[in-house]
Amino acid sequence: MTLWDLLVDPFAYGFMERALVASLAAAVVCAVLSCWLVLVGWSLMGDAVSHSVLPGVVLAYVVGLPFAVGAAAFGFLAVALIGAVREGRRVKEDAAIGIVFTTLFALGLVLISVTPSQTDLNHIVFGNVLGVDAGELWQIIGIAAVVLVVLLLKRRDLTLVAFDPTHAFAIGLSPARLRWLLLALLALTTVVALQTVGVVLVVAMLITPGATARLLTDRFDRMLLVAPAASALCALVGLYGAYYLDTAPGAMIVLAQGCLFALVFLLAPRHGVLARTRRRSR
Amino acid sequence: MTPALDVRGLRVRYGTVTALEDASFTLEPGRVCGLVGMNGSGKSTLFKSVLGLVRPDGGTVRILGDSPAAARRHRAVGYVPQSEEVDWTFPVSVRDVVMTGRYGRLGPTRRPRRDDHAAVADAVERVGLADLADRQIGNLSGGQRKRAFVARALAQAPQVLLLDEPFAGVDRRTEEALTVLLRAFAADGGTVLVSSHDLARLPELADESVLLRRTVLLHGPTTDVVRPENLARAFGLDVGEDR
Repeated sequence: MTLWDLLVDPFAYGFMERALVASLAAAVVCAVLSCWLVLVGWSLMGDAVSHSVLPGVVLAYVVGLPFAVGAAAFGFLAVALIGAVREGRRVKEDAAIGIVFTTLFALGLVLISVTPSQTDLNHIVFGNVLGVDAGELWQIIGIAAVVLVVLLLKRRDLTLVAFDPTHAFAIGLSPARLRWLLLALLALTTVVALQTVGVVLVVAMLITPGATARLLTDRFDRMLLVAPAASALCALVGLYGAYYLDTAPGAMIVLAQGCLFALVFLLAPRHGVLARTRRRSR
Repeated sequence: MTPALDVRGLRVRYGTVTALEDASFTLEPGRVCGLVGMNGSGKSTLFKSVLGLVRPDGGTVRILGDSPAAARRHRAVGYVPQSEEVDWTFPVSVRDVVMTGRYGRLGPTRRPRRDDHAAVADAVERVGLADLADRQIGNLSGGQRKRAFVARALAQAPQVLLLDEPFAGVDRRTEEALTVLLRAFAADGGTVLVSSHDLARLPELADESVLLRRTVLLHGPTTDVVRPENLARAFGLDVGEDR
């Protein structure tokens, strides 16, 4: 068996082919979004929103709406609740986030346990990329495309708001509206990613690629290329790993991203640990 | 003539703390005005009120006759922030930062046109950073960083320019260069409101000054405002006064 066979064999199966396309779509859109999330400092918010969509997705399933609608509704609800809890000022933001998303996530788990269904809703929690059917695949591709187009069209505004919201405000932009846009895109992206890696691990896809790219370049435009490339590579490696080692694909993809981050963290040419110690000892 | 900046009876409270109380002054176009006061005297609150970032509890702010919101829409106000307010590790170059000064003029995707690139190149040149335009902003000295933000304001070309402590942590050469640039900006009809702790050099920069201590204590020629007996009122010191 040649290396070529090893690389091509898995995708003789239709389910592996769909898993590949779904994983790559999720990896790319999450990675592009992650570039802004790590710069705005929204990692925890990404965690919160991605967990909070669970009840929305279950309810959408129950009433027969697209997952995206329920996810977006509960994503926004989570953000609104976090804002309301924080408003009192006695409860700090990290506590507000922690309370709101765990409560909504628990609600989602309760809903799953009382909802009779043919498809196993637990797949939403842990992902089931090998079980993606053609209809779901088109939904993933459609949402990923919409999110990518909006992100690329508004990339300069979003970057400015991340960098200097005061200046953005002073020249007539609305930082508040742009933050809501980013949150809406975050909720939609969660829908794409939860099919692949599941609600629990979505946040890894939303943070790690951006953080990895951040260590490799000082230019935001390059981050927007490096992050999706790294993320897509990890999706591929994760899928192969899952196929040949017979392990959970979503977890393998996230593990690959974590390993790549560790490698870059150590070896990045300018910002890696080794480069920094070498500079210091000189 | 419509004043460039008209502040009337401005009152701002944060909870139970009064930041500004009955503050009033007027600036004519083409002037450079210094803003002098201790930390906590309300300078930053005044800037935020002009930008419309805080809503006054009383009084009005008019920029060339417009409300702050209308002035923002017309891109009439430029703002150069304090260095502490900026994330210097952010992955943007000097040129990127200066280009954001043009965003108010650009279409929804902020795609720069040829004259925007020209305006940015010109602004970067005027502050003396042409050789460093492609550097990440954190890889600049304190003075160069400040020049980059002044270049952004020049590229924006507002009618009223606010600068919050532009000379803090800045080398002498940069301070002199910025003074020349701001004077030129005012000579072209622009209006500058600049807070500074460098009182010795303020008369070179500012035609007139406002002395602030929760309210406007004094507004007049800079040489008058920086007299020891006047500063004593703003800073709460006793300078050779009989008690």
